[in-house]
Amino acid sequence: MPQVTLTVNGKTSSVEVEARTLLVELLRDKLGLTGTHVGCDTSQCGACVVHIDGNSVKACTMLALQADGTKVTTIEGIAAADGTLHPMQEMFREHHALQCGFCTPGMVMSAIDLVAKNPQGLSEDEIRHGLEGNLCRCTGYHNIVKAIDASQSLMHAKAAE
Amino acid sequence: MNAVFQGIGASVRRTEDLRFISGNGNYTDDINRPGQTYTIFKRSDRPHAKITGIDSTAASAMPGVVAIFTAADFAGVGGLPCGWQIHNKDGSPMAEPKHPILADGKVRHVGDPVVMVIAETKQQARDAAEALVIGYEDLPSYSASRDALAAGAAAVHDDAPGNLCYDWHIGDKDATDAAFAKAARVVKLDLLNSRLIANPMEPRSAIGDYDRSGDMHTLYTTSQNPHVIRLLMGAFVLGIPEHKLRVVAPDVGGGFGTKIFHYAEEAAVTWAAAKINRPVKWTSDRSEAFISDAHGRDHDSHAEMALDADNNFLGMRVSTMANLGAYLSTFGPAVPTYLYATLLAGVYKTPAIYCEVKAVFTNTVPVDAYRGAGRPEASFLVERLVDAICHDTGADPVALRRQNFIPRDAFPYQTPVAVQYDSGDYFATLETALKNADYAGFPARKAAAAAKGKLRGIGLSTYLEACGIAPSKLVGQLGARAGLYEVANVRVNPTGSVTVFTGTHSHGQGHETTFAQLVVDQLGVAHNQVQIVHGDTDRIPFGMGTYGSRSLAVGGSAMVKAMDKIILKGRKIAAHLLEASVEDIEFKDGKFSVAGTDRAKTFGEIALTAYVPHNYPIETLEPGLDETAFYDPANFTFPGGCHICEVEIDPDTGVTSVVQFVAVDDVGRVINPMIVEGQIQGGVAQGIGQALLEHAVYDAQGQLLSGSFMDYTMPRADNLSNISVGTENTLCTHNPLGAKGCGEVGAIGSPPAVINAVVNALSAYGVRHMNMPASADKVWNIINGGLRAAAE
Repeated sequence: MPQVTLTVNGKTSSVEVEARTLLVELLRDKLGLTGTHVGCDTSQCGACVVHIDGNSVKACTMLALQADGTKVTTIEGIAAADGTLHPMQEMFREHHALQCGFCTPGMVMSAIDLVAKNPQGLSEDEIRHGLEGNLCRCTGYHNIVKAIDASQSLMHAKAAE
Repeated sequence: MNAVFQGIGASVRRTEDLRFISGNGNYTDDINRPGQTYTIFKRSDRPHAKITGIDSTAASAMPGVVAIFTAADFAGVGGLPCGWQIHNKDGSPMAEPKHPILADGKVRHVGDPVVMVIAETKQQARDAAEALVIGYEDLPSYSASRDALAAGAAAVHDDAPGNLCYDWHIGDKDATDAAFAKAARVVKLDLLNSRLIANPMEPRSAIGDYDRSGDMHTLYTTSQNPHVIRLLMGAFVLGIPEHKLRVVAPDVGGGFGTKIFHYAEEAAVTWAAAKINRPVKWTSDRSEAFISDAHGRDHDSHAEMALDADNNFLGMRVSTMANLGAYLSTFGPAVPTYLYATLLAGVYKTPAIYCEVKAVFTNTVPVDAYRGAGRPEASFLVERLVDAICHDTGADPVALRRQNFIPRDAFPYQTPVAVQYDSGDYFATLETALKNADYAGFPARKAAAAAKGKLRGIGLSTYLEACGIAPSKLVGQLGARAGLYEVANVRVNPTGSVTVFTGTHSHGQGHETTFAQLVVDQLGVAHNQVQIVHGDTDRIPFGMGTYGSRSLAVGGSAMVKAMDKIILKGRKIAAHLLEASVEDIEFKDGKFSVAGTDRAKTFGEIALTAYVPHNYPIETLEPGLDETAFYDPANFTFPGGCHICEVEIDPDTGVTSVVQFVAVDDVGRVINPMIVEGQIQGGVAQGIGQALLEHAVYDAQGQLLSGSFMDYTMPRADNLSNISVGTENTLCTHNPLGAKGCGEVGAIGSPPAVINAVVNALSAYGVRHMNMPASADKVWNIINGGLRAAAE
C-alpha cells in the first residue's frame, strides 16, 4: 500500500493507506481525529473542512495521497498549546452559533480562513456569501454570522500582535 | 449563591459547546469497537418490484467479506413495530402490513434494504455489495397518494387493499354541515403540503456490539430516544429482554424528528453482531440518507370555510390524503391524524370543524414526523385558508384574524377537535409582531421596492401548536400504544454536586445547560456543579426521549418533582441535625434553616450527612440523597404566536428574498432566552426552507430526483437574512414550570407567513394560492404568464 507523510496539527505522521482513501478518512480512521466530520458525499456540506497549508479545503474531496508533504490543521489544532481557545471558537460559544455541533468544526475552519483572508473586513452579506460551502441545519445561520462578524476584530488584532 | 446569576431566565453560555467547538464531541460514527466490522446495505433501485433472485456467489468471494445476510436469515425476527394504531370511521383498525428488516420477496420503494453485506472494512463491504446480483420483476409504482388510491392501482401491500391504511375522521359532521347550510359564503382552497427531508447534518449511524461473556447486546445509535428503541427493538423485533440490551445515543448531530423512529439498520446491526460475534458498524452516506431516513409532510388537502355575512367563521371542512410511504414508520399514522386534525381550530373560535383523512401507502420512503409533525400541515392549511378568505371577500388579513380570535377570557378553551387549550393571548403576540415588523410602514416600503423594479409582499400567520407530548391517558384513547410521560433521577453526590439522569435526549437543544439552570434555581447549587446525563439506557431509569417540544415541559417537570423530593428529605435530615421539627425547616438560597433563626446547614453539609453520617436518624430515614420522579402531563401545551414575513421578488429572475422576518411567540416560561431564540431562529429557517427552497420530488418512475444536496435545496447562509425573535409569554397552567416548548414553533408558524407574503407580492398577477416551494422558476413563470401551470 502507498504511504503518505503529512504534518497534522504540528505532528508528523507516516501512514499506509489504500490509494482511494480520502483525506477525511485518514484523519478520522487512521489518526483518530474525529472532530472533522462527514455530512455528505457530494462536497456540499463543508462539515469536513480543514486547513491545508493555510487554506480551507473539504477533506472529503481530496485523496489522502494528495496531502502528502502538506501541513494540515484540523479543529483539534486551532486552540493555543495552553488550551486557550481560538477567537473564532470563543465567538461561536459567546454568540450561540452552534446547536448540535456537527457542522461546527467545518464551519469554524471555513470561517477562520474567510476572516483571515479578508483583513479589510467583511460585511454581513459578504460573510453569508462566504459561508456558501457550509451547511447548518440547526441555527438558521443568524448566530453564526454574528459570531464570525464579532471574531473579525479579535482575529485581526491578534494577527497584528 | 453564584456571583453571576445562572438560574431560570439567564442566557447561560452552553456547557456542551466546549467539546463541540474543540472537535471533542462523541458522535456515533466517532465510536469504534475492538474487532469491529463494517456493513453496507444493498438497497433497491426500483420503486416496486418482485425479487426474483439474489446471487451472492461473487460477492461472498470478495476480499474481506465476513457475512452476507438476506431476508431469509431474518426469518425468526419480528418486523419493525408501529407505535400508534388509528381506527377507521367504522371503528375497525388501520391496515398494518409487516415492515421486515430486509425486503422479503418484494421491494416497495427506492432505498428499501435488500441485502446486508459485512466486511472487514467499509470499502470492502461496498465492493462486495457492488458484486451482488439481484433479479427484479418490476411492478406498477405510485409516488403520489392520489395515484395510489386510484381504482385498479396495484397493491403496495397485499394486506392493504386499495393502498388505504385508514380512512379516519374527527369532529361533528352534522354540526359542520349545519354551519355550511346557513353560511352566507363558503371559501374553498385546494392545497398541497410539500414532501420534505429532514437532513440533520449528522447522517444516521449504528453500531451493534455483543458481549458473549455476559450475553449483553449493546447498540450505539443516532437516536432521539434510546429507551424507546430499546423497548421497540428488544420486545418486538429481536426478542432481547431489556436487562440484556443497552442502547446508547451519545452526541447526536441534529434530529428534527427523523431520528425518533426505530429503523431497520439498528435492529440489523444488533442482530448481526451477536450472529458473527463481532461488532458491526453502519454509517449512512448522505445519498443513502435521502432514500432511507423517514421523510416529512406530503399532504394533499381540500379545505372549506363557512362564513356569515360579517365574515365570522361558522364551520370548517377539511379532507386530506396523507402519504405514509411504503411502510408504517414508528409514529407515521399519528402525524396526519392526532398531530394534525386536532390543531385545525388554530387560534380561531370556529364552532364546528369536521376533518377526514385518508392515509395511503405509496412506493416512497416512509413518511413520519419532521419538525412540527402534522402541526405545520395544519397551520399552513388554516392560515392559507384565512388569506384566501381575505382574497375572496376583500377582508383585511389583520382585522379578519382579530375578529375570529379566541378571546382572552375564553380559556380554558375547548375546541371542536378534541383538544382543550389551557392558555394563550393571540392578540398580544399579534400586536407585538405588527409593531416589531412596522406593519403600518409596509406600503411605503412596497412603493420604494417598486421604484427599484422589485415586487414586495407582506404576509402573516397567527398560528398555534400542541406540544409537551403527551398526556398519557389522552393519547392512549387516541391510539398511542404507550404512555408518554418522562422520568428524572436527581442524584445529589456526597460533596453536594448534582447529577441528573434524564430520559429526554439532547441533540442540539442544549439540555446540559438549560436543565442545569433548573437545578441552580431549585437547589441553589452552582451551574458548574451540575451534570446532566442522557442517552444511555444503562444509566437512566427510563424515558421517552426528545420530540414534540416535550423536553422542558415534560422532562423538566419530572426534574422539578424529583428535586421537590430531594428538598423534603434534606429538610428531614436538617431537622435532625438542628434538633428542630421538619415543619420548622425551610430551604432557601441553598440553605436549610430553622425558620426565624440563624441556625442553618448548607446543602453540601446535608448531602455529606446523607451519605457518610455519624449523626443520622437511621431508624426512621434511609441514608442517601437520590430521588426519581415520573411526570405525566395533564394536557398538551399550546404555544403559538404571530409570524410576519416580508419578501421581495426580482421579476427578472423569479427569486424571492425574505427581507424581513419577525416572530413573536408564546412559549411559556423561558429558562434560557439565548437558547430559545436559537431554537426559534432555526425552526424559522427550516420553515423558510420549506416555503421557498426545499422539495422532495419523485419522478414518474418512482425515482427520487432530489436525492442529494446538489438537488435538494437546503437553505444556505446567503438564502436567509436575520430573523427577529420576540416573545409574549403566557404560562402553561398545568405544569410546574409554566413551560410550553419552543423547538417547533419556528417551523410551524413560518411557512404560511412566507407563502402569504409571496402571494401578496404577486397579487397583481391574479395569484390566489401557491403551493410550496415558491421556487424561482414557479414565480418567474407566474410573472411571465404561465400562471395556472406554475402555481399548481
